[in-house]
Amino acid sequence: MSWQNSPDIARRAGVGRTILLAVFAVLTLTFFRVQVVRSDRYRLVSEENRLRTVAIIAPRGLVIDRNGVVLAENVPGYSVALLAPSPGSLGVMLDRLQPILATDSATRASVFQRYRRAPTEPVVIRRDAPFEMVSALEELRPWNPGLVIQSDPKRRYPFGDVTAHLVGYVGEVTEQELEDRDYPGARIGTLVGRDGLERRYDDRLRGRNGKKFVEKDALGRTVREAGQESMLEPQPGETIRSTVDVELQQFVAATFPAGRRGAVVVMDPRSGEILALYSAPSYDPNLFIGGIDPEQWLELSQRRDFPLFNRATQARYAPASPWKLAVAAMALRRGIVDINSRMKFPCRGGMQYYNRYFRCWRAEGHGDLTLAEAIQYSCDVYFYQLGLNVGLTALLQDAIALGFGDPSGIDLPNEYPPIFPASTDYYNERYGRRGWTSAVTLNLAIGQGENTQTLINMVRFYAMLAHPRGIAFVPRLVAGNGGEPRSLDLSESALADLRAALVAVVDRGTAAGAQIADLRIAGKTGTAQNAHGLDHGWFIGFAPADNPRVLVGAIVEYAEHGSAVAPLATRIMARHLLGPDAVASRGGYRIETPADSAPESIPILPDTALLRAPSQDSARGAAARTR
Amino acid sequence: MQRHGLDRSLLLAVGGLVALGLLTLYSAGQTDVPSAATSIWKRQVIWLAVGVTGAAAAFRVSPRVLEWATPALYGGAVLLLGVTLFFGTGAGTAAGATSWLAVGGFRLGQPAEIAKVATVLMLARHMGALREPPPGLVKLLPTVAIVGVPFVLVGLQPDLGSAMVFLGILFAMLYWVGVRVRLLVLLASPLVSLLLAFSTISWGAWIVILTVVLLWVRPYALEGVALWLVNVAMGVMALELWKNLAPYQQNRLLSFLNPEIDPRDTGWNIIQSKVAIGSGGIFGKGFTAGTQKRLAFLPEQHTDFIFSVLGEEFGFVGVVVSLALFAILLVVLLRIARRAVDGYSSLLTAGVIGLLLTHVLVNVGMTVGLMPIVGIPLPFFSYGGSFLLACCIAIGLTLRVAWESRLSGYATSLGDTGGWRVPSAGARF
Repeated sequence: MSWQNSPDIARRAGVGRTILLAVFAVLTLTFFRVQVVRSDRYRLVSEENRLRTVAIIAPRGLVIDRNGVVLAENVPGYSVALLAPSPGSLGVMLDRLQPILATDSATRASVFQRYRRAPTEPVVIRRDAPFEMVSALEELRPWNPGLVIQSDPKRRYPFGDVTAHLVGYVGEVTEQELEDRDYPGARIGTLVGRDGLERRYDDRLRGRNGKKFVEKDALGRTVREAGQESMLEPQPGETIRSTVDVELQQFVAATFPAGRRGAVVVMDPRSGEILALYSAPSYDPNLFIGGIDPEQWLELSQRRDFPLFNRATQARYAPASPWKLAVAAMALRRGIVDINSRMKFPCRGGMQYYNRYFRCWRAEGHGDLTLAEAIQYSCDVYFYQLGLNVGLTALLQDAIALGFGDPSGIDLPNEYPPIFPASTDYYNERYGRRGWTSAVTLNLAIGQGENTQTLINMVRFYAMLAHPRGIAFVPRLVAGNGGEPRSLDLSESALADLRAALVAVVDRGTAAGAQIADLRIAGKTGTAQNAHGLDHGWFIGFAPADNPRVLVGAIVEYAEHGSAVAPLATRIMARHLLGPDAVASRGGYRIETPADSAPESIPILPDTALLRAPSQDSARGAAARTR
Repeated sequence: MQRHGLDRSLLLAVGGLVALGLLTLYSAGQTDVPSAATSIWKRQVIWLAVGVTGAAAAFRVSPRVLEWATPALYGGAVLLLGVTLFFGTGAGTAAGATSWLAVGGFRLGQPAEIAKVATVLMLARHMGALREPPPGLVKLLPTVAIVGVPFVLVGLQPDLGSAMVFLGILFAMLYWVGVRVRLLVLLASPLVSLLLAFSTISWGAWIVILTVVLLWVRPYALEGVALWLVNVAMGVMALELWKNLAPYQQNRLLSFLNPEIDPRDTGWNIIQSKVAIGSGGIFGKGFTAGTQKRLAFLPEQHTDFIFSVLGEEFGFVGVVVSLALFAILLVVLLRIARRAVDGYSSLLTAGVIGLLLTHVLVNVGMTVGLMPIVGIPLPFFSYGGSFLLACCIAIGLTLRVAWESRLSGYATSLGDTGGWRVPSAGARF
């Protein structure tokens, strides 16, 4: 037992004790550092661990029509989301719930993509889950703690395809849009307006999301909600009252010839308020709610008649005969003519201009006409000469001043600007200084040539004619100041003369047959040349002619001529002015065989043919030209 | 207590730790999310009863009888370890390791815990019989072998933490028996080699230092060369050994070096534990009110990370109190070891000190990131029957050692009066 002798062992015990105490001193110091010196930092982390902010989605505002009828509303719905600690367990959960959720591989990929962006936020697998799915999932919840089923109001459009192009639809904001800050204030998963009023007034409709703090466990499951005082109430979205009269809109949709493409805009010319705006074919915006099925999307977006396309604001057509009123207004304002002026050459079915012969649509000729008669019969020869009298530079300048170079400014997203030469430089650039002649003026004077306009822009111009003082407000779907009104700058008597001429169009001229008893209707037909088939028919008119309260612009693609469109427009006027009993939506009018066919396309320049891009459809052609 | 001749300071320290441990374990089960640990404290109370019985039994056994029975106990423990290695199952915190012995699906316990005590006894028997401390490395070989067998068996399970405890026991007892410190350093050198081998520069420096030390200490030539070679071999083997580690072990070591490497996976434990402890502040969040614990951010809060619960709920004050209790316990044990009447008893107590100190240091150090996460329980705190029983038995044995030395009048003869009296009723034994 020599190793155990006292002095040695006492010394070792002493050293051992020192070592022990040193070890505990180090431990104590470490804890002092963590718990006393750095405690604040860890306390903060602990709070962050514990409390998470959860957005309380603000209910989206309603869209109502001018009489308070709901056009877009929220109905109860459920969304299914998963909260996973790792991508692996997300996959396992998806596999386990596959029999119920039936996610396809594309959805799966996007789910994982979304998960990687924000792993601590629930990944929405399915919005707008049907009730049976929710109840089936609810049963499995005890075994799937990461399953989050949230009440998630969904959007509903009671009028479906009738108001599709007006109201638009909503969809979940995409990552790209978040990156580009297209929707300020939107977060992952926010529903944002994709089209129509939903898009245009998205910021007002969306409201402001509230916040609440909830206590979460390590897996992110909500344990309890923190006190009410720490909650920020959501601000519900504003209700947007549209100027639209949905009954009239329904009438328009029902009256529009079935199977045809085109658009109708009904406006109150006194204020610029849009009463109805319909584009055919339409689509059901309810399809987009809860994420559209990729196949349906493909069908909608690839269909040859482009239902998603708003033909009132996005399709450009040659303005054709309705344009003649613009030339007439310019000439009157400049004092070149008055309403009874005659041109140098009477109409003999056409006129020679240098080396080319420009035809009138009526081969027999109209004879010697006054301006009023020329409008009434839409005589091309008269307007060729009127255009030359005004002169190309003045014509372009006045047209730009009247707004034919700009979009109308209607409060709908993605309105296409018209195509119109800003000045003669356009021709210089396009064809070279000597590559063109003043012959372009002739085409321009009758609404052909390098000039395509949207329906809404033409409607805005006719609103000036309809307004007693010759001004037009920016077209509005929601009341508000859209900007400075444009003015024709014509005397009231000159305006009255033009209106009288337009009345004659409906009473005796190209739109004869579209009259409605008890109504004095003013309007102008038009036939837009279409390189792809039958011509497109225009009609723009207003009533009652001496104090216009309603203005209707309509275009029907492949309708051959505007006189076929006129009855559609006049019925809409009657419905609005005289009430539902005045006119039935169907029957009683027929698409008439054209009384006046379009003037043949006059090949002035070899290049003009190129202007009309060879494509499927005027709509797509218009889109192609802007590029 | 005095009447029964039991060491009062030891009992008070252990009693305090057990009480604090049970409170913390109860709290660890009080969470806001469903947890299997909710009523685990009740089972711990049952185990505590078993442990007290075991301690009483151990107290009743004379050191002489114990010394006589030691080889059998040690042999039995090693046999159990071997059986466990082949038939064991994984469970609980060591799900990947085969550390449990089960019969017919009923888990009996973890033989490694009992083997720790048995190894202490065996080492005490072997070294207590020595006339003088082993002077050279060769003379240390039998000692190393006694620890080596259970060390390897436990390491193969693989249970890195328990294997480390065997080393703690070995070095504590070697120190206590008077082996020179430089010899201990040489003995530890292969381990150091192993750890430093991850960087060629550090390992090269270590080999140079070792060579210098060897030349200075001048052990037997063969010994010196052998040791040097073992060091080199360890350095070379390190990479292979690393590859052979289970991925979770690799991760634990890596995230010890830098928890932020993988904050969601392996680093998570260290980060969340530090957050729990740090957010406790000076006075803590209050009994059962720890939010990190309640919301299940703490991993293994009823076993490996129970000290984090204590740190969160009782704060720095609670930590200091429990660390002080552990320190008192170990210092008292040191005193008992010094006053033991025979070498066996003294070494046994030293072994118990090594065992407890390693557990406390590694477990507590792990919760604040001082030590890698090697999942070993905290004595008297962590839930676990085998370990609690082993600790109780160890305490029972040391109580007997203290009682024996007082009986011999050793304490009085040295004039130390701090609670030490010749027991009047001790003659009953």
